[in-house]
Amino acid sequence: MSLLQVKNVSKHFGSLIAVNDISMTVEPGELRAIIGPNGAGKTTFFNLITGFFTPTSGSIVFDGQDVTHLLPARRVWCGMARTFQVTEIFPELTVRENLRIPVEVASGLRLRAWLSQADDVKIRERVTELLAMGSLTDKAERPVGELSHGDQRATEIMMALALKPRLLLLDEPTAGMGDQETYDITQLIRRLHKDGKLTIVLIEHDMRVVFHLADRIMVLDQGKFLAEGTPPEIAANKAVQTAYLGQAA
Amino acid sequence: MNASALNKNAANALVWVLLLAMPFWLPFVGGYIELGERVVVLGLAAMSVNFLLGYTGVLSFGHAAYFGLGAYGAGMTIRYLVPSTGAGLVVGILAGTLAGAIIGPLIIRLRGVYFAMVTIAFGQVFYFIAFRWNNVTGGDDGLLGWTRMPLNLGFTTVDILHNPRAFYYFILVIFAISVGAMAWILRSPFGRTLIAIRENERRARFLGIPVDRHIWISWVISCCFVSVAGALYALLNNFVDPRALYWTQSGDFVIMAVLGGMRSFWGPLLGAAIFVLLQDYLSSQTQNWMSFVGLFFVLVVLFFPRGILGAIRRKVA
Repeated sequence: MSLLQVKNVSKHFGSLIAVNDISMTVEPGELRAIIGPNGAGKTTFFNLITGFFTPTSGSIVFDGQDVTHLLPARRVWCGMARTFQVTEIFPELTVRENLRIPVEVASGLRLRAWLSQADDVKIRERVTELLAMGSLTDKAERPVGELSHGDQRATEIMMALALKPRLLLLDEPTAGMGDQETYDITQLIRRLHKDGKLTIVLIEHDMRVVFHLADRIMVLDQGKFLAEGTPPEIAANKAVQTAYLGQAA
Repeated sequence: MNASALNKNAANALVWVLLLAMPFWLPFVGGYIELGERVVVLGLAAMSVNFLLGYTGVLSFGHAAYFGLGAYGAGMTIRYLVPSTGAGLVVGILAGTLAGAIIGPLIIRLRGVYFAMVTIAFGQVFYFIAFRWNNVTGGDDGLLGWTRMPLNLGFTTVDILHNPRAFYYFILVIFAISVGAMAWILRSPFGRTLIAIRENERRARFLGIPVDRHIWISWVISCCFVSVAGALYALLNNFVDPRALYWTQSGDFVIMAVLGGMRSFWGPLLGAAIFVLLQDYLSSQTQNWMSFVGLFFVLVVLFFPRGILGAIRRKVA
């Protein structure tokens, strides 16, 4: 069974149609990239999947459950986690605290006023594990707002992972990064996908990253579906070339 | 133990020693015990407001309503129902907490200035009820004709009415329980979700925290402790009047919290101490004492945006 089925979703903002009748099916274990020129509706599409907006029409089925009208927090409980185009973290808290909060939420402890010794140990271990996975161990006690952009991004991805998602949605994970940082984040995503068998949907502008990582690519343009296929298919697609390079090409 | 944890423990110890010994050192610095009682009671109210403001990131301008409900609940219980301090306290706390729990769902979806405005509006409703319902609340004259009652502990009776030291320690015990509970909650997983909401609401939401529900719980906790303070305030004065419910009283709590430092646990207590002392001293010198408090407040906010305790902490660090 498909993990995520988006069926004919549209989103209108007044007279603007940001997302126009788009469908997408993501299989378990797949890494799907969504690309498209600026204003293609990629982030809006993401926001519909994760519950930031409710679609004007269409439906979203996650793991067999219709989540179209669920609140974001509930979709997280179903197993969706996301990052944002502009990093969303808790800047004044340390990296460790940033990770501890989602670990506790994922352990069902968010309403607890009291932690048993055993729970506390389990949480600490999980945080330590996540710190290591994100290469953040030596920065664990620093406020995350003081760290480099790349480390903040890594923290945000680890926060999403702390939720033990079955679907990870990354909105431009390498935006605004230098070559080294881009490489590091790409390797991290690759490990999560190949070793962790995690299903990932990502929006990305950097084509090197997209073609390096993606199993399948979906292309949007001006809110509409343009093409979908494997990286070689997309590279050879005339419509995609036109959308990216303009009519003259 | 690292240096910052050591500093924190030392600061906590200092606060408790000062509070415990207050009846003994206060007269030597020109104070009197009722001043200390006011500091502790209003400090508790300011710390309750700060539970929301400093640790959940939500500014309430209507906490006087729940403070006042605690006060009227305590006073009216002793005046009309049972002449018992304990019963008054319980009813006062229940009244304030229940009102907070019922009003909460109507306001928790609002943010920022809208939240603040609506909390004022709800607060004023209670003010006008207390003001107009003359034959029950005493209206503008306040609720008279009652006093706090000696505490009956079963094996002994403590005369908190005539023995000021006993009453101070009675207040301090309740303060300690309340403050201890707040500190406990803030260090728990639930407390961390509140700080997450303060730091970045969007991130909190997309980490699976149902933000509105957590804000509601935080709001009810805050209303509960501010009504504890309100009930104690009524017992302290043996009197309640509608000004305890008025929106300027809410403003005073916010001023105390910001003055002392809203990101520090003890900041609001320090703010309350400064506020009460300034009020006590200045109001004996001039009728316009509030303008001097206001001026002082503006200077603190301009030069120490994290409040006085925040500035001290930065210096120590």
